[in-house]
Amino acid sequence: MSIAVRRFDAVIVGAGGSGMRASLELAQAGLKVAVLSKVFPTRSHTVAAQGGIGAALGNMGEDNWLWHMYDTIKGSDYLGDQDAIEFMCRMAPEVVIELEHYGMPFDRNENGTIYQRPFGGHSANFGEKPVQRSSCAADRTGHAMLHTLYQRNVMARTQFFVEWMALDLIRGSDGQVLGVTALEMETGEVVIFQAKATLFATGGGGRIYSSSTNAFINTGDGLGMAARAGIPLEDMEFWQFHPTGVAGAGVLITEGVRGEGGYLLNKNGERFMERYAPTMKDLASRDVVARAMATEIKEGRGLGEHGDHVLLKLDHLGLETIDKRLPGIREIAMKFANVDPVKEPIPVVPTVHYQMGGIPTNYHGQVVVPRDGESNAVLPGFYAAGECGCASIHGANRLGTNSLTDLLVMGKSSAMSMIAFVRAEGAAHRELPEDAAGYSLSRVSRLDSQAGGEEVHEVRGEIQRTMQLHCGVFRFPDLLAEGVAKIKAVAERAQRTGIRDKSKVFNTARIEALELDNLVETARATMISAEARKESRGAQARADFPNRDDQGWLKHSLWYRDGDRLDYKPVNLKPLSVETFVPKARVY
Amino acid sequence: MKFRIQRYDPEKDAKPHFQDYDVEMGPADRMLLDALIRIKTTDDSLSLRRSCREGVCGSDAMNINGKNGLACTTRLLDLKEPVVIKPLPGLPIIRDLIVDMTQFFAQYHSVKPYVIDDRPPPERERLQSPAEREELDGLYECILCACCTTACPSFWWNPDKFVGPAGLLQAYRFIADTRDQETAARLDNLEDPYRLFRCHTIMNCVDVCPKSLNPSLAIGKIKDLMVKRAV
Repeated sequence: MSIAVRRFDAVIVGAGGSGMRASLELAQAGLKVAVLSKVFPTRSHTVAAQGGIGAALGNMGEDNWLWHMYDTIKGSDYLGDQDAIEFMCRMAPEVVIELEHYGMPFDRNENGTIYQRPFGGHSANFGEKPVQRSSCAADRTGHAMLHTLYQRNVMARTQFFVEWMALDLIRGSDGQVLGVTALEMETGEVVIFQAKATLFATGGGGRIYSSSTNAFINTGDGLGMAARAGIPLEDMEFWQFHPTGVAGAGVLITEGVRGEGGYLLNKNGERFMERYAPTMKDLASRDVVARAMATEIKEGRGLGEHGDHVLLKLDHLGLETIDKRLPGIREIAMKFANVDPVKEPIPVVPTVHYQMGGIPTNYHGQVVVPRDGESNAVLPGFYAAGECGCASIHGANRLGTNSLTDLLVMGKSSAMSMIAFVRAEGAAHRELPEDAAGYSLSRVSRLDSQAGGEEVHEVRGEIQRTMQLHCGVFRFPDLLAEGVAKIKAVAERAQRTGIRDKSKVFNTARIEALELDNLVETARATMISAEARKESRGAQARADFPNRDDQGWLKHSLWYRDGDRLDYKPVNLKPLSVETFVPKARVY
Repeated sequence: MKFRIQRYDPEKDAKPHFQDYDVEMGPADRMLLDALIRIKTTDDSLSLRRSCREGVCGSDAMNINGKNGLACTTRLLDLKEPVVIKPLPGLPIIRDLIVDMTQFFAQYHSVKPYVIDDRPPPERERLQSPAEREELDGLYECILCACCTTACPSFWWNPDKFVGPAGLLQAYRFIADTRDQETAARLDNLEDPYRLFRCHTIMNCVDVCPKSLNPSLAIGKIKDLMVKRAV
């Protein structure tokens, strides 16, 4: 079967914050770049980010990238690579200023500079007191940023392939990455996108859990494609539970609420975070706050019919502040929780929000894999940025605002690496392997020909329930072991799904079935890595190993799809230009 | 709960038709999107766009009981049965509730939706006072869902010539931005019998906007600027 091949210097999969920051850089450098996205670019999940972009601009008082670096390392529970963290924190002010120059509608101070708000885990002078570091546009920072980046790409004439779903990675005989196969949703046609450099900017896979702040599209597509192509996934056991998802609905309520002065209450009306984090209180790191909330609920101090949530109080901020700084939150609370936060607190519960792990990269965005005794050997032609990548900046727990910072810094950094690589590759493309699209076509044709078969939504529901029950805020050895068995069984079932809709035209049943393959890999990587890590660190809290174990576990997990094999590699504790931040106990 | 949903698959159907569904809602089903997803578990051929499920991505705009809106923020409790659901009007249908938005985005692009300032940027951020920044409120929040533009009779008649409320709201968003240096060219770009002046303040746009924005007000402000520079 002949299949169309389209050739570009660079192909980017995903048009969220990191994908479009990268494409902008590439288009401006004059490269021929294609951006593939399952949705129109401004519908990507970056749009849902609320609170702000972390950068030590110092607009509200003294700040320093070194303090930001310390906070990020401490937030990561020392699992973050200190070279990548230094790189991000030093670059952060520059990329935020660039975004302003692109037209981002940041909130402003009286003197005209960008307004910054306090945020969880961000401190002055190495943990002394909260600092205002989050550059924001009300509580719609992600929306403003994503639209600004799209607009700037329109200006740069970037070529978008809208509503195309990438299916699989194409690798040459020497392993070099040569592009992707992709399916045009409107027509059902599968095409090869050949590239000298391929960037995954596909976001996270938060839809492996049943209760998630994530959009429906967050199905871990980049992770699934990488895993199927033999590339390991790093630190997948670390999933951030955001403290404040709307109870029942899962919709996100920004930490910016607490940044602006809101706080959490248990059923006794107690501001319980004062007990768990005496200095930072409600602005402690997200893992700390989420565990405190889960503990309050577990010990019977939750509210509601089932005692299953706590309250987020912000009415004392007043109508003016809420309407100016948190208008989107008010809208969400009224629509999804039936409360007007100007008068009443919002019922909230820790909700899966962010994947710290992902495709292993260095801070240049180059994908790195163990090879010949080298644990970080560059895989030529392949890059990953944003939530699907793991540099590792966030380690075992990400600080609020650092996701948007990561998108901008790693999007740009990946693009710079790609420009250099594409120029070195020269004019010609390498030869594609024979039958480069064979695997993808067989996945699609199985769905076309399968009669009967299990419903996609049933298998997906089983994955989500299993992850929710067996791999939550607190993790238990027996539940993890059962979870591994269940996830392996459900992975088998995913091979036998069937769809009744056989149309070629915008067949969303087929899209969901193909996404399921990616959810499966993401969930397997998570459960198996979590079961194996015998310690508590950041977002992984094990009942049987309640402490961090730097002797045994100050290392990154690497999960391989083949045989569910695990490998480990050391954490890079050496920054680029400053002294190492030596692991110590984490107190907020 | 009863639904009448417009269906169309070009591989099978000569023209769109309605299909009735009667489905039992679950305890957690709150919004129309929850119901549509529940229907899709029984009939996987029902096609629609959706993503964020919280009203910020703009994917699931559709015509609900005769009025454009987002399925994910439309409460089931507020809907009269049978709930009649159709794709957004005025755009070609690709399949079921999925419309071809090419024309809509072409109009958006035609207003040059980006800050234009050819001067070399300063080292730090360009300064803007809080009052100047407030001029962008009610403009930058647009989610490009197309509810407004596809509710506008002027757009139905001239989709290739009239920019439509969403595009014009964005045109004004950049005119209103103190950092933008191209106001005159932006006004020139709209100075023709159709692009701006086909707006007859029917106000459907204001009525349907799921983000409570007011394109009509923005259009009025552009018209004021046109008049001001003419005299």
